[in-house]
This record gives sequence, structure tokens and C-alpha cells, in this order.
Amino acid sequence: MSSRRPRSWQSSSASRITDEQINDLVSKLQAVLPEARIRRSDRVSAAKVLQETCNYIRSLHREVDDLSERLSELLASTESSSAQAAVIRSLLM
Amino acid sequence: MEPKSCSGDGNPSRNLHPSKPLMAANFLRCLSRIQQTATNSSVGSRSRRIRRAAYASMAYSAGHRRAWSWALLRKLRCRRVRPVILPRRPRIARPQVVIEIDRAEVLRKLVPGGTGMDYCRLLEETADYIRCLATQVRLMQTVTDSISS
Repeated sequence: MSSRRPRSWQSSSASRITDEQINDLVSKLQAVLPEARIRRSDRVSAAKVLQETCNYIRSLHREVDDLSERLSELLASTESSSAQAAVIRSLLM
Repeated sequence: MEPKSCSGDGNPSRNLHPSKPLMAANFLRCLSRIQQTATNSSVGSRSRRIRRAAYASMAYSAGHRRAWSWALLRKLRCRRVRPVILPRRPRIARPQVVIEIDRAEVLRKLVPGGTGMDYCRLLEETADYIRCLATQVRLMQTVTDSISS
């Protein structure tokens, strides 16, 4: 009889995820948040990091919406050639 | 493509996604096309197209390497109204991290593809998604400033 363990979706590494690993990932997440929201030097709780992360993502989504609308208005009021020139300029930046 | 770890605190490019040039090229190409083809559309419909182009250029530049971009690409390609059953990743048992569970559920809804991941993967994907999203916002701001000056 074979003593091989069957492969399962629940990989054995799932049970070996340590608090340290999670803390490491949370601090990496904290590093991506802007300084205004969370000072990177502070030891902040994971719950706070997650909360600020959610707030930040929501604000970024809103910014995409606002900028899309603004760009839409600008494209309407700008001449095609000057808009394209500006677009190329920003490509080169 | 892993970004280099930063050495000092004053390095603003730490938060830029490594695929920024690709994102810029994609997005600007879309903008050009939208401007040429949507001259008679309403501001609202053009704005929706621009928004879609923003998320599309983000997702295309990250490609299939990331779960969030993969989920976003799937969503962008399926514009059908009737719901389609798409193959979902198998749900992996999540470790019982009690305090963060509620916040993680909120985060799962904000990050594309977040509902199919375990907690660790979710944290990794979120960091990459945020970097990419912030880069896209900065890109759009630059284009807006250029056009309006």
C-alpha cells in the first residue's frame, strides 16, 4: 500500500504561515501608503494599516473618476492638434 | 519584475510602479483614439471611456503576472449584461487571523480578484495594486496638466 499523501488544495504551507510573515506583508503594505496617512516609522496595528489601505484605495478610485471627467472636458474644449502635442509632451517627461 | 527596495526615505519613485512607461504608452494611445472618435459624444460617455482606458492600461501593463490585473482584464473583456459564470480559483482555507478578518473582507471587495485569495496573497496583491493605481493617477494628473497649460 502506498504511503504517499494525496495532494490537496490546502497546501501544507498554509498552516505554516507565521505571524511574522503576516507582519512583514503588513509592513510592506504600510510602506506603500502615503506619508500623510500613516507615518512609516510608526509601529501601527495591522487593523489600522488595513483601514487606511481601504480608505486610500477608495480615494484613488475617486481620483481616477474625477480625472477622467476632467480629461473628458478638456478633450472637448481643446483642439485636436494641441491636445495631441500636449499628450506627446507628457510621454517624453 | 520586482521593484528595487528603497534606500532612503526621500525617494519618491519608490511608490511608482515599474511598468510606468508601458502604462503611459497604453493610456496615451487610448486617449488619442478617444479624442479622435468621440468628438460628438457627451462629456459623460467620454469620461466613462477614459476611465475604462485608465483601468485597462493598468491591467494590460501588469498583464497576467498579478491576480488583480488578471481579474480586471476578465472584467473588462466581459461587457455583457447577462451574468457569465467564469472559472473561479479554488478557495483556499484562510488562516484564522481574528482581528483583521473584518477589514480584510472590505479590502477583498476593493481589490480586483480579492475574493478568491488567501489573506497573505491579498496583502501582496493589494500593495502592487496600490502602487499601480497611484502611478496611473499621477499619469492622468500629468496629462491633465499638460493639456490644460
